[in-house]
Amino acid sequence: MKENLVKKPKSAEAAPAKADVALPQLGFFGMIRWAWRQLTSMRTALFLLLLLAVAAVPGSLFPQRSSAAAEVTQYLKDNPVSGPIMDWFKLFDVYSSPWFSAIYLLLFTSLIGCVIPRAKIHYKALRSAPPRTPKRLSRLAEYGTVQIPAGSGMDAKAAVADAAAVLKSRGYRVDVRDLDTDRPSVGAEIGFFKEIGNLVFHTSMIGVLAAVAVSGLFGYSGQRVLIEGETFVNTLPGYDTFTPGTNFGDGQLSPYSVQLDKLAVTYDRETKAHYGQPIDFTATLTTKDGPGAAPKKQILKVNDPVAIGGTNVYLVGNGYAPVVTIKDGKGNVAFQGPVISIPTDGAYTSPIVIKVPDAKPNQLAFVGLFLPTAVVNEEGVTFGSDPDPLNPQLILDAYTGDLGLDSGIPRNVYTLDTSKLTQINGRKLEAGGITLRAYESFTLPGGNGSISFDGIKRFAALDIRHDPAQVYVLVFAVLALAGLIASLFLNRRRVWVRTGNHPDGRTMVEFGLLARGEDHRLAGESAAISKALHAKWMVSEPETVHHGVGESHTNSDADSGVIMASKDQ
Amino acid sequence: MPQINEGLGLLSEQFMLLAGFAYMVAFCAFAWDLVTFSKTVKKGIATEESANAAELVSAGASRTKAQDLGAGPLDRGIRPSSKTHAGSDGVTAGDSMRYGKAKRVVARVAVALTILAAAVHGLAVVFRGMAAGRVPWGNMYEFCTTGSFAVIVVFLIVLTRRDLRFLGTFVVGLVLVMLTAASVSFWTPVGHLVPALQSYWLVIHVSIAVISSAMFTLTFAMSVLQLFQAKREASIAAGKKDRAPVMRLVPNALSLENLSYRINGIAFVGWTVTVMFGSIWAEKAWGRFWGWDTKEVWSFVIWVVYAGYLHARATRGWSGTRAAWLSIVGYLCIIFNFTIVNVYFSGLHSYAGL
Repeated sequence: MKENLVKKPKSAEAAPAKADVALPQLGFFGMIRWAWRQLTSMRTALFLLLLLAVAAVPGSLFPQRSSAAAEVTQYLKDNPVSGPIMDWFKLFDVYSSPWFSAIYLLLFTSLIGCVIPRAKIHYKALRSAPPRTPKRLSRLAEYGTVQIPAGSGMDAKAAVADAAAVLKSRGYRVDVRDLDTDRPSVGAEIGFFKEIGNLVFHTSMIGVLAAVAVSGLFGYSGQRVLIEGETFVNTLPGYDTFTPGTNFGDGQLSPYSVQLDKLAVTYDRETKAHYGQPIDFTATLTTKDGPGAAPKKQILKVNDPVAIGGTNVYLVGNGYAPVVTIKDGKGNVAFQGPVISIPTDGAYTSPIVIKVPDAKPNQLAFVGLFLPTAVVNEEGVTFGSDPDPLNPQLILDAYTGDLGLDSGIPRNVYTLDTSKLTQINGRKLEAGGITLRAYESFTLPGGNGSISFDGIKRFAALDIRHDPAQVYVLVFAVLALAGLIASLFLNRRRVWVRTGNHPDGRTMVEFGLLARGEDHRLAGESAAISKALHAKWMVSEPETVHHGVGESHTNSDADSGVIMASKDQ
Repeated sequence: MPQINEGLGLLSEQFMLLAGFAYMVAFCAFAWDLVTFSKTVKKGIATEESANAAELVSAGASRTKAQDLGAGPLDRGIRPSSKTHAGSDGVTAGDSMRYGKAKRVVARVAVALTILAAAVHGLAVVFRGMAAGRVPWGNMYEFCTTGSFAVIVVFLIVLTRRDLRFLGTFVVGLVLVMLTAASVSFWTPVGHLVPALQSYWLVIHVSIAVISSAMFTLTFAMSVLQLFQAKREASIAAGKKDRAPVMRLVPNALSLENLSYRINGIAFVGWTVTVMFGSIWAEKAWGRFWGWDTKEVWSFVIWVVYAGYLHARATRGWSGTRAAWLSIVGYLCIIFNFTIVNVYFSGLHSYAGL
């Protein structure tokens, strides 16, 4: 602080204000000092910051396992040569890769190395008095004078006390000095919250990172596809897929249940351009907080999750589940119920796979499409034209043989390996394909049984999430934002006022302002202080109160709309 | 769900076209002003300089020194307030961006035309919103038309504080490009919001994103001019002939840097809020506040680049030209995020009919 005082008046142009922002004063000793200084230098921090931006990009260019695992598998299949090499470089797990982690950990180390010394310096600054009054206030960036006329009964000492009061009421920290001399003065400083904001911002960024890490430890998430009428119980077997956090234990799951009563979908029927586009999904749920709890009706919508048992339940997908009854060769019902079909386009053209391992003597399987509104085009090809079930059809091929479900190898329920099966129905076969309209049934060739299409239900794909740490992320993010605003828009300034008794009885007051760092509102503050001082002593403010280096040149270059008399360098 | 008013939607498109034509004329006027005014300045410079010389002698050496420094990177340390620049170092205006008393009739016409165009543009945006019965930023066409309106509004607001008319060609040109892109590539008829966008967060998150992007657009224009001006200043300082006298109209590089830094600071806070509100919405819609979705990745990249820009200004050797480059790169990331990422990258951020 002392050097700033000495330097500034001597050569204003040689002490750009940015210097004291840029470089922290390092207080660390030892052999690693140089390396540490390199790491914590602004230049390195800036380099790491920009490197972080560059390093984040590949994650948007290539599919990521964390969000699209299936796409990664497909990519590896499509690119057998480059795929594994890219995988080795963790290009499919960018944000958990060692190189990405290395960059942000180094950045945060650099940040800590920057924040701690700066916090120390600022703590000292907070506890020390404003620096001593410069000899020549007129050389400061902003300078002004007030003349209290003779006979006002205001001497230099009283004036300096008044000036201190004025500055104090403007939020300055003041220190009155040299009262025993004939030139008493007051030193004042404001804007400590700028640096505090800066420190809070950077510390909060560390907090955000820590909270994210913690949420990875204790959170969990899972998915469940629920057909209308079905109930999900929050236990591990209740999930279709489940991703636990590192420290997850079974006991964390609260045994609530969610029943999907109805999923209502509204489509746009008003406009030609967006005809048939869904505009609303509303799921009606019956929930129970525990096995014995009273049932509750709840509404679940997109953007409006249902909170239950410490988790949030989200509506993330939907589709149709045609209800079919399949009788086997012996005439027994081998399967009856809804089968999930995943929609692939806006008309809900949904591939469907039905596996009937209980069919006897031969196991049965069906592969095909479900179309909510089937339309035949000029070439005789059936296609789906609308997402509403206006003319629902099941178009299927049938297979018999061993489905391989008893071998214990987990199989995807949405795909069927037909390589070891015998096709009994299909467009290319003599028997033809199966086309079922609503409530129709079809008898399979060769006495293999029959299939009937009994109705349609909708299903909802639910995401269930528990993230206890995200509230801390929010807290730190809000702190960071507050700190950022303080550090960007507050200004740290110093003001000195010096008074003296003129031999002719007048009391002369001069004041000067100095900005630490960039401060485009300093002139406005100077004008405001001048006005307040004049008002305090009931002296009318002359047309040109604001002087530069002994100059009386004026123009009306008011800055940022601040009303002020004038100033020009 | 409110009724879609297709007639009003059509009216909105006609107004959009009308606004486009008005911008076109304003663009020409701004360009004309650049040429004619720089000629006037050239003529006036001789008389001004002689008058200046006399003034400088009386004012003393300190004034001369300060003026010369106006072009260098040390201006900040001297007078953060401002001064009217004489034409001595190749520019007309300094930090204050005041150009003296010369009247620029063409520029006034250009500004008036811009205000007219903005009013028509604003009506078009409002009609679009009324036609759909919701905020007019539910798809790329609407984001682009509303965003360009925000750009022009921010420009006009800053214009009341600072004489940024030298930016007119640039800003109105960018708005024209945005409107054309919206009408040609992103056009989609007025419609309902897809369920994913039916949230009050759409109003909060996207409006702040639009305003921040508009401010970044302005600073992008200033940073580009700053680069040209810095190069020109260097060549003039080296004693070479001024090859781009049009740039006389543009304030010195440091003034451009200072103003764009201030606007970028506000826009950066806006972008931080955009990302934060986006996270809160993501938590509500998808169950996680951050999942490295492509859009999230690029919002992050933009945030980091502009954070780098703010730090660069405080890093020795990185202020000035390099900082301007960071500001430009940041803006290119915004454009990339809006166009390439939306159209070609798969992600959760959905836009009905693009």
